[in-house]
Amino acid sequence: MLRDEDRIFTNLYGQGDWHLAGARARGAWDNTKALLDKGPDWIVDEMKKSGLRGRGGAGFPTGLKWSFMPKQVGDRPHYLVVNADESEPGTCKDRDILRHDPHTLVEGCLVAGFAMRAHAAYIYVRGEFYNEAVHLGQAVAEAREAGLIGPNACGSGWDFEIYVHRGAGAYICGEETALLESLEGKKGMPRLKPPFPAGSGLYGCPTTVNNVESIAVAPTILRRGAAWFAGIGRPNNTGTKVFCISGHVNKPCNVEEEMGIPMRELIDKHAGGVRGGWDNLLAVIPGGASVQCIPKPICDDMLMDFDSLRNVGSGLGTAAVIVMDKSTDIVKAIARLSYFYMHESCGQCTPCREGTGWMWRVMERLVLGNATVEEIDVLQDVTKQVEGHTICALGDAAAWPIQGLIRHFRPELERRIAAYGGRRLAAE
Amino acid sequence: MAMITADPTDVPRIERFEFTPADLEEVRRLTGQYPQGRQASAVIAVLDLAQRRSGGWLPRAAMDEVARLLEMAPIRVYEVATFYTMFNLRPRGKYLLQVCTTTPCWLRGSDEIMRTCREVTGVGPGEISADGMFSTTEVECLGACVNAPMIQINDDFYEDLDAASTRKVLEACRSGSPPKPGPQIDRQTSAPVGGRTTLLTAAAGGGNS
Repeated sequence: MLRDEDRIFTNLYGQGDWHLAGARARGAWDNTKALLDKGPDWIVDEMKKSGLRGRGGAGFPTGLKWSFMPKQVGDRPHYLVVNADESEPGTCKDRDILRHDPHTLVEGCLVAGFAMRAHAAYIYVRGEFYNEAVHLGQAVAEAREAGLIGPNACGSGWDFEIYVHRGAGAYICGEETALLESLEGKKGMPRLKPPFPAGSGLYGCPTTVNNVESIAVAPTILRRGAAWFAGIGRPNNTGTKVFCISGHVNKPCNVEEEMGIPMRELIDKHAGGVRGGWDNLLAVIPGGASVQCIPKPICDDMLMDFDSLRNVGSGLGTAAVIVMDKSTDIVKAIARLSYFYMHESCGQCTPCREGTGWMWRVMERLVLGNATVEEIDVLQDVTKQVEGHTICALGDAAAWPIQGLIRHFRPELERRIAAYGGRRLAAE
Repeated sequence: MAMITADPTDVPRIERFEFTPADLEEVRRLTGQYPQGRQASAVIAVLDLAQRRSGGWLPRAAMDEVARLLEMAPIRVYEVATFYTMFNLRPRGKYLLQVCTTTPCWLRGSDEIMRTCREVTGVGPGEISADGMFSTTEVECLGACVNAPMIQINDDFYEDLDAASTRKVLEACRSGSPPKPGPQIDRQTSAPVGGRTTLLTAAAGGGNS
């Protein structure tokens, strides 16, 4: 278990003061100038050495991403854009950073923006997080008032502005290029890549889009050193991580823990255990709605990190652990996610626009068993026709939960089909 | 993706919409956040302002005024207003109940919350209660999953609900004094019920350095 002194978000639950004075007492904004004085290349290098992988779901190495920005500023300004459009079902970690520890993010924007030679950052907060955006806006104003950002930020000689931008309700805007479209005042429809944002992003300028948590951990990593962060967790899966444990546990909660913590330890120690005990566990969706569910036998000795979960066909995603006990109608639980993806598809790509609705309708019939066994294979086939055939990953995200269901719970699907057929025959 | 029109025929016709001078000042502040010529970036924020001025929904006259102020073609504004779920294109009750029913909330009883909202308000999704106080919508994950089930009422999240506490919250709204947002059980925000399992030592308060 992670020691308290190694936790980054020490006001995760809002038990202390989230304003500048409280944040300073917890160590934020402590001689930030000294970090900036070491230069952009040092910062990027430290981030690479820390092993930090993006906390928004994809797990791409953060330092490497920063290094894709041009080394010289040409005729187009550079931008840092922070993705605070948290809406992956099961996920509510960035919300706690925004409302309880906003200065970690504000300071993170400065060091990250400086490292990528940007003078401005936009933080795109999901529209429903109204009160969270208010806290963040106040934190930005406090930092500006104290000279920590703005002209000559922290006395570094670097000018840096931060703007809070609220969305208005669209899951798709969590996709980085849809977010950029939305930030430009358009419908949030993902862009074709290439060009990638580092070449042509916001307003056609070099841009890096990072998750809230990825940016908010940066100042502490730089202060305590890459080796400290890399020493936590497991190789290639380093550092601390805010987990969100929801569903059928006794005490749902958010908690910052070590990467690679065993799933069972995470649930037992912090979330009060599975409702009815560990043996009452049916399955877990370990990384937000978009990843495949895993049944109890796999959960028993599962480690919570990117590589371990990928190795069993699932993923760490946003580290949103959705727990389902044996009372769960697992088919209905996944069908509800299919409805979610249908609702959130932006409609730009045909396989996703048509496929998400088609898959949901079949899933609804499978809930009842009103289908043939062959249709399970047709459904599997359709998920494969959607996956990888769309501009963005929403199509993949719609396909994977269903693939997980078929992979691990096919006997349950067949049982329902047989039972429904039996009921129909009895009625005739 | 839902099919919506910017100009439904069954909503009240509002001929004129005007921002107040204070609103216009706010519009200038908002557009000032973006580079010269990129004022369209403020469209979501300005539409939100317009919606608040219009009693929680966007008549076409308001969208047209936003288009004029931001120098956008009206169709570009309609596109935005119809794309994002937080823009309401028809009138709503004083309290908009957004009931989250996505899997994490569903696992913890969102069906019961939805049922309770219907019982208390007398109407289902898409309708306005007879007293004009409530309208309800079923929404997708609102990002408070460890405090499920939850509903958003106007700008605020009400969390850790059951049928009884939902009823209590709605009755309080009806009487004109909504209760304190956040968990409706004895609990500190997203910490486990009964108290934190971490951040218990002095080091946690002492900071990061």
